[in-house]
Amino acid sequence: MTDTFEPKITAFVCNWCTYAGADLTGTSRIKYPANVRVLRLPCTGRIDFMLLAKAFARGADGIIISGCHPNDCHYTSGNYHARRRWMIYRDLMDFMGIDTNRITFSWVSAAEGAKWAELVNEVTAGIRALGPYAEYKELVHAGVE
Amino acid sequence: MADTYLLSNAGLDALFSAIRADGRRILAPTDPDGRSELNPVGTPAEVAKDYLQTTLSAKAVVFPKVERLLSYTLAPGQVELADAVPAAVPTVVFGIRPCEAGGFQALDAVFNWDTRDRFFNARMAALAVIGVGCTRRDDACFCTAVGGGPGATRGSDLLLTPMAEGYLAEVLTEKGRALQALAPDRFQPAAGVDKAALLVQVPPAFDQPALTARLPALFDSELWADQALRCVGCGACAYVCPTCVCFDIQEEADRQGGQRLRAWDSCGSRQFTLHASGHNPRDTQGQRWRQRIYHKFSIYPERYGMLGCVGCGKCTRACPVDMNLQEHLVEAAQA
Amino acid sequence: MELIEKAKQLLETGAVKAVLGFEPGTHGGRRPAIVRRAERAARLVFDPGCAQNLASYVTRKEVKRLGRLAVTARPDTLRALLQLMAERQLREEDVLALAVDAGGQVVELETAQAMEEHLALEPKELPARDRELMDRLRRMTREERWAFWQKELSRCVKCYACRNSCPMCYCEHCTMDCNRPQWVPVPSHALGNLEYHMVRAMHLAGRCVECGDCGRACPVGIPVHLLTFNAEESVHAQFGQRAGASAKLDYALSTFRPDDKETFIR
Repeated sequence: MTDTFEPKITAFVCNWCTYAGADLTGTSRIKYPANVRVLRLPCTGRIDFMLLAKAFARGADGIIISGCHPNDCHYTSGNYHARRRWMIYRDLMDFMGIDTNRITFSWVSAAEGAKWAELVNEVTAGIRALGPYAEYKELVHAGVE
Repeated sequence: MADTYLLSNAGLDALFSAIRADGRRILAPTDPDGRSELNPVGTPAEVAKDYLQTTLSAKAVVFPKVERLLSYTLAPGQVELADAVPAAVPTVVFGIRPCEAGGFQALDAVFNWDTRDRFFNARMAALAVIGVGCTRRDDACFCTAVGGGPGATRGSDLLLTPMAEGYLAEVLTEKGRALQALAPDRFQPAAGVDKAALLVQVPPAFDQPALTARLPALFDSELWADQALRCVGCGACAYVCPTCVCFDIQEEADRQGGQRLRAWDSCGSRQFTLHASGHNPRDTQGQRWRQRIYHKFSIYPERYGMLGCVGCGKCTRACPVDMNLQEHLVEAAQA
Repeated sequence: MELIEKAKQLLETGAVKAVLGFEPGTHGGRRPAIVRRAERAARLVFDPGCAQNLASYVTRKEVKRLGRLAVTARPDTLRALLQLMAERQLREEDVLALAVDAGGQVVELETAQAMEEHLALEPKELPARDRELMDRLRRMTREERWAFWQKELSRCVKCYACRNSCPMCYCEHCTMDCNRPQWVPVPSHALGNLEYHMVRAMHLAGRCVECGDCGRACPVGIPVHLLTFNAEESVHAQFGQRAGASAKLDYALSTFRPDDKETFIR
């Protein structure tokens, strides 16, 4: 890990809450690191657990997943399904030895521009401290003769 | 072509050292977790002591479970294509059984049929085989029914038969002679050793030529559907088999580039013959099971003049539901 | 009545068209037997060596099409049958479960309720060996677990013996078949193996009856059953339900409670 390591962070966010919240961060002129690549989905309920694995396989060092607070989902219950999925998948990832410290789940509403900035700041600093996710990157090319 | 010698245990140690000094890796059965598989070793002491056979076969050395055929990178207006160069590491496989060694021939029949597969050929050229004959067998073995035997020489460059204090060593090919030349003084003259007496007896389990002759008439028999009722359609039998050679080509690519890979495939799966239209000429497990038998015992003889089965029994041992090939063949022979 | 007699009777009367059971196999082992004629019932056996979960056959079309089936059922098989009913893959009337009691006598379980009541007598316990290995893995550091699974999965050849042995893997178009795009890599390289086993474990979460057949089926001895066990134990610990408990079980990952409790969402 050198001083020049810039973490690559993929963020899967829902359109109605976190994406709008991130917009608010911008319009409020609050600065946050450019390390995060935001992927907009209609709802956290749409997030297939494999998208997280794919993000790591594509070179992400860290992942943020964020959506509407429980009871506030634009589609009523998408985030409840997402929450259940994450509870199981996180356990499984940890059991298989994937670094769950590199994945941050949060609820950020459309009004929480400041929270989004704070979140991205903290996650970026955290991943920078952890370093590149070298283990996973090595995996991607392994096992082909 | 076989010259026969005595090779002591110390002689084998020396041969291993000489092979390693010659820059080759040695793959031999080891059993770190209670299962025997081919792994790199440095000395005979590291080789498993009490194995019958490895679970997977040595075909992986010349036909890996995944190999790259080509790769490419993409940039705006540009494609850079690179043929993969097979990393044909000079290798000696030690300790595989005569049945399994006999399987390379069946792979060669397909890989050098019309196109010469440079991946297979590069790896075969870099490979020498030291087979070790069988002093015991189990219920799954049936080598003698398919033209093999516990001391059969086909496919080995050196064949060792275990005896007291070492081995009877038969030098069978040019490659075998080259191995011998690495430690020539270790190969002592052998006088009047009865090889057959050192090996286990394997009475032939069925009349294979009669079965092969009978198969065309049995094509529409209900026998195959009956036998296949418990088959779950996985690929375990195909993947452990020393002669199974079917493969799938997969392209893995994104906007930056990609690679084309060859991977093992199995005729046991429904998808194997599934057409894009949705039609499947082998839509039932019975049809797929029949195809497996016919490919090995009818089509291979017809097309390549050899069998597609060496009677090693690996399929039977690997099968989660014990599709005992020998049993099924005996039943078919009597049908 | 003993098993062979019962099987004969069921086939002779036409109550079932096939009896799924076990017969002696190679090397003194046991293997599934699908008996359709009464005279072939004589080879049926039932002892601790009879390990495979026969419920995996009730959804295979070649077996299903035979008609009503009798299934020799260990507790895990009963759980699988109930779970299949909960998932609408099996109708109660299409199967007759045959449990065998300690005295070798057959107990006919004709309804889901009968199966549930029979199961209530024998609470599910993971085999000690699996329990120990799971505990050992959980005590390892995250890095050690990564090394463990990478080493184990490197042997995987993607034969799908695990998937095909599983009673719950009955999809005619498995996620592995999804190829536009190829969602999970087919080749057995490191990434392909990791993603496949990860997907399978997640697809079994809340559905796995913990029979262990997948691990037993693996020809190269990878303890893949521990992955599905982990997913299942996770569902049980966090949502309080167990696969195979009832023919009327909701799928844990398509239902929810507003007060589901987690510790990691900020």
